[in-house]
Amino acid sequence: MATLELSIDEDVAVSPVKRTRRLGPLFWAAIAWIILIFAAAGLVGVLPLPSPTDMDMLERRAPASALHWLGTDGLGRDELARLIYGARISLIVGLCAPVIGVTIGGALGMLAGYFRGRFETLVVGSMDVLLAFPPLILVLAIVAYLGQSIFNLTCIIGVLSIPAFMRVARAATLTLARREFVIAAQALGATHARILLRELLPNVFLSLVAFFLLGVAVTIVVEGALSFLGLGVPPPVSSWGNMIGEGRESLDVAPRLAFIPAITMFLTVLSFNLVGDTLRALTDPRQGAL
Amino acid sequence: MLSVENVSVDLPTPRGNLRAVDQVDLTIGAGRTLGIVGESGCGKTMLSRAILQLLPKKAKLSGRVLFDGQDVVRLDRERLRRLRGRSLAVVFQDPMTSLNPVLTIGTQLIETLQEHLELDSVVAKRRSVELLAAVGIPAPEQRLMQYPHQLSGGMRQRVAIAIALSCEPKLLIADEPTTALDVTIQAQILELLAQLREKFNLAMLFISHDLAVISQVADRVAVMYAGSLVELGSKLDIFQTPCHPYTRGLLKAVPTLKTDRALSLPTIEGTVPPSHAALPGCPFEPRCADRVPDCGKALPPLVEVAVGHWARCPVINPTR
Repeated sequence: MATLELSIDEDVAVSPVKRTRRLGPLFWAAIAWIILIFAAAGLVGVLPLPSPTDMDMLERRAPASALHWLGTDGLGRDELARLIYGARISLIVGLCAPVIGVTIGGALGMLAGYFRGRFETLVVGSMDVLLAFPPLILVLAIVAYLGQSIFNLTCIIGVLSIPAFMRVARAATLTLARREFVIAAQALGATHARILLRELLPNVFLSLVAFFLLGVAVTIVVEGALSFLGLGVPPPVSSWGNMIGEGRESLDVAPRLAFIPAITMFLTVLSFNLVGDTLRALTDPRQGAL
Repeated sequence: MLSVENVSVDLPTPRGNLRAVDQVDLTIGAGRTLGIVGESGCGKTMLSRAILQLLPKKAKLSGRVLFDGQDVVRLDRERLRRLRGRSLAVVFQDPMTSLNPVLTIGTQLIETLQEHLELDSVVAKRRSVELLAAVGIPAPEQRLMQYPHQLSGGMRQRVAIAIALSCEPKLLIADEPTTALDVTIQAQILELLAQLREKFNLAMLFISHDLAVISQVADRVAVMYAGSLVELGSKLDIFQTPCHPYTRGLLKAVPTLKTDRALSLPTIEGTVPPSHAALPGCPFEPRCADRVPDCGKALPPLVEVAVGHWARCPVINPTR
């Protein structure tokens, strides 16, 4: 019973070891790229850029020059300006749509996994119905009905991502809700709200964040695919997707018009995935120990 | 202080109704420790969950659980919530799972204090450090910032005890608190519980399947078999003059240092009857060596064989 007699004044025990983990150049490169994209998209108003919609028919598909750093597209519009304005669209849609999904889907999933019963049946059932619609046709129908706009596009992709987030949250909650620490919290007089927010959410959060960053990457690609099909943001507004779509027409004479936005999208998606993975590994306190 | 009156718990299963706890009556006075002993599935944990009103949703509870005069079963949700934690606290078997793995020890302790005692964060933090020191954790201030996985099993159980005691409850329900720990740590935790019981004048309901542990902590002992109470008495009654054949069988099966290793340990023949095929008579009748024909007909009542010593057996012979 030696430990019982230990006096706390002695303070001999070592403080928790600081976690020193090397993050590696790849992580910092990804961070740098995300900052660059965000800064460019955020500062688009103050940057000395030519207008992304002004056409110069004499300078069509012009190569890089002092005036047009990345050259011009098939209608003589500045490629760099369109790329940066497009970043704004891709990031807004790419971040806002998963936010809708993670908020509504995460909340529904946790409630369903915690309370079970008829509510769970209802939620899971309606999510299955939503999943049963072919997504592209659903988007097509809704866009045709409501009109093409960034807001509509974000909402639709967001709503379509709810079932996936719901499933992740519900699965994580189901495994946790019967664990003893939840019963212990109940035995300590915690309310349902408190158990959901303070006991379960921190556990479910890690899976949701990892899935959220994947969602950002997927949404950027989906938005690109929709714009490529002409269902995305309406022209003349540029997004990476419709830039690739427009570049396709001149793939044989100026392949860079399709490749530059494609590479930008690729790097952005890759960076989000890298940062997401690293952050999750860093913030996960369990380290596989429990 | 706590009195359990005629409590039964029924669990509906696909194969029919399962009576997990059958008409149990118990009382615990302030500052006293009642040990409940019995084998796996005899309803020990269900009884403790019934006291806390933490039964599975489908379970049906009948009877009354009086805590300081109020019936816990009929309390509204808000009053029950305030009772738990403030007056009633629990320590669970496995400290690996009873602490939240993604919150620090400090968060878990401080929040409980803030919630129940409405302390501000500075006071709550100071009190957490005191509590951790009280349960024998060295360098408590540093521990506050650590996660459960950074502590050993014994440490974790100490933290769980600290959280349970944070609001100075009157009754602590300890549901096999030492089962997941090795023997030396087990001895330390039992010692700690004994100290804390003195310090806080704590009543305890101590559940275990380990007779040695029960003999160390309990003032009174209740023996459960297949959901019902078969014997209840003081520690001396149970360990020195056991009356019920099941209790005697259990005590005979405990190995001691003097036990001849060449012989196999005495066991109780047979197995526990399946609870959904409830027998009309004494549940122990099929395995009992002392049975008489009447045993299989009706459940014998609890008989007071000596002052404060009750046994549910008609063939009572305390001298054996």
